[in-house]
Amino acid sequence: MSLRDGPLGEIKPPRAWVAAGALILALIGAGALLAGGGSRSGPLSGLRTAADGVVGPAGGALAAPVRATGGVFGAIGAYFAAGSQNQQLRADLDAALSWRDETLVLRRENARLRALLALKTEPPLPMVSAHTVLDARGPFSNSRLADAGAAQGVVEGNPVLSDHGLVGRVVGVGDQVSRVMLLTDVDSRLPVMIARTNGRAILTGDGGPNPRLAYLRTHDVLQEGDRILTSGDGGVAPRGLPVGTAVKGFDGAWRVTLDADAEPIDFVRILLFKDFSQVAGPLTPDQLPSTATDVPETPPPSASQPGAKPSAAKAAANTP
Amino acid sequence: MNVGRTRSVSPAVWILGPAAAAFGASLVLATPLQVGGLQLPEPVFAFVPAFAWALGRPSMGAPFALVVLGVALDFLWHTPTGFWAVCLLVTYALTFFARRILGGQEVWALWGAFAVNCAAAMLVGFALTAFRAGVAPSLVGVGLQLAVSVALFPFAWRLVERYEAATPGF
Repeated sequence: MSLRDGPLGEIKPPRAWVAAGALILALIGAGALLAGGGSRSGPLSGLRTAADGVVGPAGGALAAPVRATGGVFGAIGAYFAAGSQNQQLRADLDAALSWRDETLVLRRENARLRALLALKTEPPLPMVSAHTVLDARGPFSNSRLADAGAAQGVVEGNPVLSDHGLVGRVVGVGDQVSRVMLLTDVDSRLPVMIARTNGRAILTGDGGPNPRLAYLRTHDVLQEGDRILTSGDGGVAPRGLPVGTAVKGFDGAWRVTLDADAEPIDFVRILLFKDFSQVAGPLTPDQLPSTATDVPETPPPSASQPGAKPSAAKAAANTP
Repeated sequence: MNVGRTRSVSPAVWILGPAAAAFGASLVLATPLQVGGLQLPEPVFAFVPAFAWALGRPSMGAPFALVVLGVALDFLWHTPTGFWAVCLLVTYALTFFARRILGGQEVWALWGAFAVNCAAAMLVGFALTAFRAGVAPSLVGVGLQLAVSVALFPFAWRLVERYEAATPGF
């Protein structure tokens, strides 16, 4: 006998009650999700990476016509600005317009790629070029999906640059895609320095276009237009990467106009930076501290430097 | 006699269709397109079904569909898992409990209710983010996203009308 045929089969709760019960259950479930796996790097990060791997190609397919038509939008804008003379010329050049637009797009793309190649670190570090294919730009999350991933050597934490400056860092890596958290994201914290004063601060994103300079420590007063660079503190990014320019916000706080905002962030370079051992490079044999077997061959330490080993001191002197 | 009640609305049409459309529209607008140097806005399309489902016909499946849709948006936009599910359910719950009041109201009043419910959801999102990240999100950004989301009300109204002009098949 089925439940429907029994005495309970006659009970039909009002539809509104059922809907309210479902709503409460769903709210509990969503709350549990947020509390349990709510962190962006929590236990569901593998699922997130898999999802990125699925939406990445879809985003790439959607973004391809966007990139192709990007120059056309610019050409339309230039047309309206040029006025009536262009209107007359347009009739003559109508047949050539499509070729011109295509040429402009290619030239612009070429120039930006050249600029991207010109942005180098000192010493040079390996980089991977990528397109950004999806873009989250709401107040609660600022991130992008780039079409280069673990297959190209990208790992979590790698800094990401545009042709003008630092964009953010990699927070999730799939095989062919990687999730880039922008400097404007509410979770973004980056140690920076003020180039003029060598002061330090933490660049703190808040979902707006201009992240805030928090925990500002500088002897001299910060000035509008001061250049902000990565400080290298904490090993988050190499020292000296361009970040932006200091501006006073409407709220009275010091904020940063990001260099990366100067152009659309459609091409990025992912810096394959893991730690400072890459920057320091390997020590030469004469820079290595001497071992116990070397001791008899080296002169005895001077009285002013008890216990000091000359080869170690030489290595220290060679260190910048 | 309502001559419009001839077409049957299945759960697929009422739940799956709008959910897929909302996610698809979000995916399309997630492309990094700039027009005139300005980025496109990022409206929350999922507010549309959240409002319409609660107003048109609350059902057992709708809240769970919103959870799935919310988690999908979390993965797309890289927000914490469950964040948008909670926000969408806030909109759904407010509309659901105000359903008797909203029934038979003019379109402009419903638009106002949609705006209030979306604002409540964004406020919850603001509080959750501020609590978790320790930084208050930009109010300008929240306001912009709310404004472009509220502008989507005609889609919600169209969805409700579509239900009213059809026979529920579930």
